Amino acid sequence: MKRIFIVMFLCVVTAGAQELRLSVPYSRTVLPNGLQVILHEDHSTPTVSVNMYYNVGSGREKPGRTGFAHLFEHLMFMGSKNVPVGKFDEWLEAAGGDNNGSTNEDRTNYYENVPSNAVELALFLDSDRMGHLVDAMSPEKVDAQRDVVKNERRQSYENRPYGMASIVLSENLYSASHPYHWPTIGSMADLSAASFDDVVEFFRQYYVPNNASLVIAGDIDPEKVRTLVEKWFGGIPAGKRLPPIDAPTPFLLEEKRLVIEDKVQLPQLTMAWLTPAIFTPGDAELDVLSSILTGGKNSRLYKRLVYELQIAQDVSAVQSSRGLSSDFSITATARSGHTLTELETAIQQELHRIKTETPAARELQRAVNQYEASFLSRLERVGGFGGKADLLNNYFLRTGNPDFFNEDLSRYRSLDPKDISTVAQTYLRDDARVVLSVVPEGKTELAAEKKGGK
Amino acid sequence: MTDRIRFLASFPVRALTVLFLLLSVSGMIAQSQTADRSAPPPLGPPPVLKVPPIQTAKLSNGLSVVLMEKHGVPLLDMRLLINAGTVDEPTALPGLASMTAAMMTEGAGDRNSLQLADAMDFLGARIGVSSGFHSTTVSLFTPLSKFEDALALFRDIATKPTFPAEELDRLRKDRLTAMKQWHDQPRSIASIALPKLLYGERSPYGRPTTGNEKSLLAMKVADIASFYRARFHAANATLLVAGDVTLAEILPKLESALGSWKAGTSAKTPFQTAAQVGKRTIILVDKPGAPQSEIRIGRIGVERTTKDYEALVVMNTILGGSFSSRLNQNLREKHGYTYGATSSFAFRVHPGPFTAASAVQTGVTDKALAEFMNEMKAIITPVSDEELARAKNYVAYGYPQNFQTVSDIAGELEELVQYNLPETHFNSFISRILSVTKEDVHRVAKKYIDPENIVIVVVGDRKVIEDGIRGLNLGDMKIMSITDILGDPPK
Repeated sequence: MKRIFIVMFLCVVTAGAQELRLSVPYSRTVLPNGLQVILHEDHSTPTVSVNMYYNVGSGREKPGRTGFAHLFEHLMFMGSKNVPVGKFDEWLEAAGGDNNGSTNEDRTNYYENVPSNAVELALFLDSDRMGHLVDAMSPEKVDAQRDVVKNERRQSYENRPYGMASIVLSENLYSASHPYHWPTIGSMADLSAASFDDVVEFFRQYYVPNNASLVIAGDIDPEKVRTLVEKWFGGIPAGKRLPPIDAPTPFLLEEKRLVIEDKVQLPQLTMAWLTPAIFTPGDAELDVLSSILTGGKNSRLYKRLVYELQIAQDVSAVQSSRGLSSDFSITATARSGHTLTELETAIQQELHRIKTETPAARELQRAVNQYEASFLSRLERVGGFGGKADLLNNYFLRTGNPDFFNEDLSRYRSLDPKDISTVAQTYLRDDARVVLSVVPEGKTELAAEKKGGK
Repeated sequence: MTDRIRFLASFPVRALTVLFLLLSVSGMIAQSQTADRSAPPPLGPPPVLKVPPIQTAKLSNGLSVVLMEKHGVPLLDMRLLINAGTVDEPTALPGLASMTAAMMTEGAGDRNSLQLADAMDFLGARIGVSSGFHSTTVSLFTPLSKFEDALALFRDIATKPTFPAEELDRLRKDRLTAMKQWHDQPRSIASIALPKLLYGERSPYGRPTTGNEKSLLAMKVADIASFYRARFHAANATLLVAGDVTLAEILPKLESALGSWKAGTSAKTPFQTAAQVGKRTIILVDKPGAPQSEIRIGRIGVERTTKDYEALVVMNTILGGSFSSRLNQNLREKHGYTYGATSSFAFRVHPGPFTAASAVQTGVTDKALAEFMNEMKAIITPVSDEELARAKNYVAYGYPQNFQTVSDIAGELEELVQYNLPETHFNSFISRILSVTKEDVHRVAKKYIDPENIVIVVVGDRKVIEDGIRGLNLGDMKIMSITDILGDPPK
């Protein structure tokens, strides 16, 4: 039974008349084997999220084994020494829990959302696969998930309109020696090549407690949970320390213009640039730039291309922030009867304008106000991707401070309109970018012509 | 980001809570430092979820207000639920409800489309209008500190839309282009084909809610204004609020914003239903070169208010409503044919479709169909005790997660009001799920899953998959083109 508890869950403290200060209080300990443990109480519903980050993503892969980090993530659900195949999911569901995992370039994460009476079950399952996965691994399990992952690639990329564009962009933004050159999903050939021995090696190298951090957030008694974590994870031996990723600094010294054909009716244009890594100077500015360009009806590119000229069906801009390097891309789909060259010309004009004229204070404030609202909504949910447990772990991985919420928001609050023009000038250069046209099969003449207007 | 699980449809996990049985009395938390891994640790007693009370009030014009407090984060979600949906459209103008909803944010009060969007975005508030088969919802999500300014915009959008003609022209083009793009999307083609084949286009459940090229070209501002005038008023609506407020605090503000909205009268439109499908048929829609086949298998299901609801939720969880469900285990984990296989009942005011779905590798389309058939036959025989307990617990004890955010709660309130569920609904749901028996599951499986009388849609590469599917001898097969399903692409 639960003891009387002190309510110390999320605090949203008002400081001054206007500004909210966000805080997600936590406590952190490190086990002797190096496992980082972060606890956060939120008793608003009787649920708990157990969230594990392993500091390995596709950025640690080698050419010839692309897609392996993600394939490995799938294998983490296939049972371990004391958890027969299938029981990971069955036992959690039988307790009222659900789970998932995801892989990106920089990390692999796993969560179990459980009712608060099932925390120990989640810790048992997560510790068994951290300590004893390979004892129960077999070539057959690797084969089974290899097929699933190949179908994931078919479903999410190959059988989806414009689905191959992101893969082609990364290949051209990053040189072959940079790990962001290949997609997290990997190539079909490399997925076929992945072996049982690779699994064993990857597990020993990366799935060790000193390369992981565990967040337990929600309706918990921290003292009891800390004891349980020690009980289940304490006996897992530490592995070797990992050196940082040895990746070259990415650069582009030219404009690359590419055309691919797809089973689509409307051509689509993407421009992409290399930009600063997550949480480094320029990253927040580029986020705001994406809002000013394509966030909402009054954003510059949406208003011009979609609302006024009505030459595009959609336009979006995004700063994809990652640990080694980020990229910024603008994507627009042409309406029937309109060309990618028209789109490129209009986009070029808007880019020129934001580079040369400081945006209005209201444009910046409108974007920042939307970030403020979205930060508040991040404090509501405990579990799942993007829940508080996941965010605490992500901030810890990226900055060393799990409660980085307010600092993160401050990055946006402190911007000046001229900062936005500066990053546009600095990073969105005409002579250092990839311009990709995706055109209907057999219609390469619909590609954006060399050089749009200025 | 590459997820382990990204299903075709989200699992329809719906359940509700409060108190119950002890799973294990011996499940006290172990204080020992030794980890005995020979068996999973026992669970303690399930926690109790206290759903805050549902509070109700009426504004002076009769508009009903339903509120649930949710404190902790200064946010608010408010929804005006109006009885006006696809089912209420004139026969000649399918898509009118959806277009009316879209037009409501294109000009309201003294603001034009861009001014409205700027005002909302500057607040950091989100106001949207969406329409479904039976309702239109005007929704607001806002930091509490911006509520009063946002409420003024919400009031204008809900009660003073201006429907500018030039914005209708713009949205018309947008929708025609989206329809053209459906032709490229195997998933859209399959998802439009199945309801069309089950219900026919005369039923609102059988056609896309955005209408068709002909109706879109014919639609005029006068049609939208008259649809709005006839149905958008207080007697035909309910206001739902979830957030960091009390009823006493918010009621005067709601009264001042919406209390003078015209009362009107409520209205009901007869529903064009369809006969249950007959003998099993297969529709093969050719998509040359597709690396996967999109499979949809279905029949007409049952309405939300059926007495079989809880038993159906549990049965479907076993069949295809969870990761460890039979369909997903068979097609994904055992055979590797797919990234995921699911099933669901679309519970609506009238019987919505039951659908089993997957996207499978082209070369194994016939084998995957055979496994779908095996599972649909197997589910009409009794399930095991273990599966039953797992499915019930999954639905019941996962329920508290549905009350974590103001938007989750507003969604729960929306369901409560839309289907006129009793006030005890939230607090009795868990015990109702836990009381479902093996016999209940067997009975509803036999009643609603009838593998002999279904429609099978496959969107895939005909030249590779046709012979294999014919070899299964599942029934009559009809070959269709994408334009047979979608019509010619709009220009």
